[in-house]
Amino acid sequence: MIDWSKPRLRVTNLKKHYEDRAVLDGIDLEVFPGQIVALIGASGSGKSTLLRCVNLIEEISDGQIFLETEEISAPGVNHDRVRAQVGLVFQSFNLFSHLSILQNITLALIHVKKIAKPEAERIARKWLERIGLGDRADSYPDKISGGQQQRTAIVRAVAMDPKVLLLDEVTSALDPELVGEVLDLIRDLKAGGTTILMATHELSFAREVADWVIFLEQGKIYEQGEAKDFFENPKRDRTKEFLARMANN
Amino acid sequence: MALSDSEVSKAELDRRAFRRSQRSRSVLVAFISTLVFAILVWFGLIATPGWSRVQESFFSWDVAVQAWPRVLDGLLLNLRVLAVAAVLVVIFGLLIAVIRTLKSPVFFPLRVLAKGYVDLFRGMPLIIVLYLVGFGIPGLRLEFLGRIPAEVLGTIALTLTYSAYVSEVFRAGIESVHSSQRLAARSLGLSNAQSMRLVVLPQAVRKVVPPLMNDFVALQKDVGLISVLGAIDAVRGAQIEVAKFANFTPYVLAGLLFVLLAIPTIRLADYVTKRLSDKEQAGVAL
Repeated sequence: MIDWSKPRLRVTNLKKHYEDRAVLDGIDLEVFPGQIVALIGASGSGKSTLLRCVNLIEEISDGQIFLETEEISAPGVNHDRVRAQVGLVFQSFNLFSHLSILQNITLALIHVKKIAKPEAERIARKWLERIGLGDRADSYPDKISGGQQQRTAIVRAVAMDPKVLLLDEVTSALDPELVGEVLDLIRDLKAGGTTILMATHELSFAREVADWVIFLEQGKIYEQGEAKDFFENPKRDRTKEFLARMANN
Repeated sequence: MALSDSEVSKAELDRRAFRRSQRSRSVLVAFISTLVFAILVWFGLIATPGWSRVQESFFSWDVAVQAWPRVLDGLLLNLRVLAVAAVLVVIFGLLIAVIRTLKSPVFFPLRVLAKGYVDLFRGMPLIIVLYLVGFGIPGLRLEFLGRIPAEVLGTIALTLTYSAYVSEVFRAGIESVHSSQRLAARSLGLSNAQSMRLVVLPQAVRKVVPPLMNDFVALQKDVGLISVLGAIDAVRGAQIEVAKFANFTPYVLAGLLFVLLAIPTIRLADYVTKRLSDKEQAGVAL
């Protein structure tokens, strides 16, 4: 259930410019504990950049980002410490190719959270059991399917017990028949109360699982609303256009 | 797995017959060309007027047998130098490569130094490095070190030069690891140094094993150059025997020993390279 008392993540007037091009042009948003917020919009609308800014992989050009009450965009903040609390999952999985599935998950637990190896492995195995990959713990990433890789990547981020989980088009690189298993995992995480901010092209999934939907257009929030309402009664022209175009695909 | 002739269609039988005839043709062509080549070598070398004299002064069995102990003794010194230099080269090469990837401004002088070092020693002929180290360091008259043996000076020179080459190999390896791997590591909260140590380097080292082994083969024969500093290695030992017998056979002997030494490494390098590329191309039929 969503805890509305105070936002887990708050972004105010976030701007990101490359040279003279504005990729993000004044974004304000809040994500509350247990809430799933979906970012939708055309390619290049700034969805991925927004997630990368929140994970502090991208330097922002203006604005502020708060994780709970701490301003993580403040000068001098230890980025590594923040990133350990903000999970980011990539479109292209990016599993560590020289490490087994299990080691992929335990790496940051051991070296960032300083959890002892046996305990880290116990946590990792518990998660692998949960996604049905318990027997593949010692396999290497290139020996499992794309869907299994992406689920491992999500679990790698979730095992760190992040305050907010950022999902960047996690199903876009998958064959259609593998998308379902990844979406199932996200449903499972929602049920477990994980706070998620996700960029996605899967509109029907966003409609089903997200509590709040934000439509980005040229680096700005063009329209937003509660998922059901947003998809059933889009108010503005570009939103209607976009939804119609995506529905035809 | 293979189907026997009785189980396959007429089309496959025809194909098999065709492949068999192609194979026997290949064997025949290889046989003829080898024969022609042997005849050419015969007329070009063995049938030359001076061959018997060359044979006596370069391929004398008696001289080879008598020179053997000293040359072999020298080769053992080469092997010791090789072992020490190879270990040092990997350590320094890796260190320099990592220094060159450091981004923090604190490391600016180190980075510049590393780059200058690599430029200098990649460009300078090994033989000059040997002379400079071999005669320069003793020239400093560091009394507390005592008299430094020539093989130690030679090892230092080889390490200086090869560390520069090898650091470039490692750097190429580090750069060949896709940036998304580092990104994934950083996004999990691993520091820059942790990402390098736990994610980038292990992948980079795997990729550079074949080129590293090639450098090892090169080092294997370049250890023979320490003889210019007066170390009694295989080459120097051979030189002494050459002077004693007024016969060049010891050089040939030493040369052959170096080749014999190199062949296992060369084969191993080929094998490792092939295995890695097979792994990368798995499933692609060419």
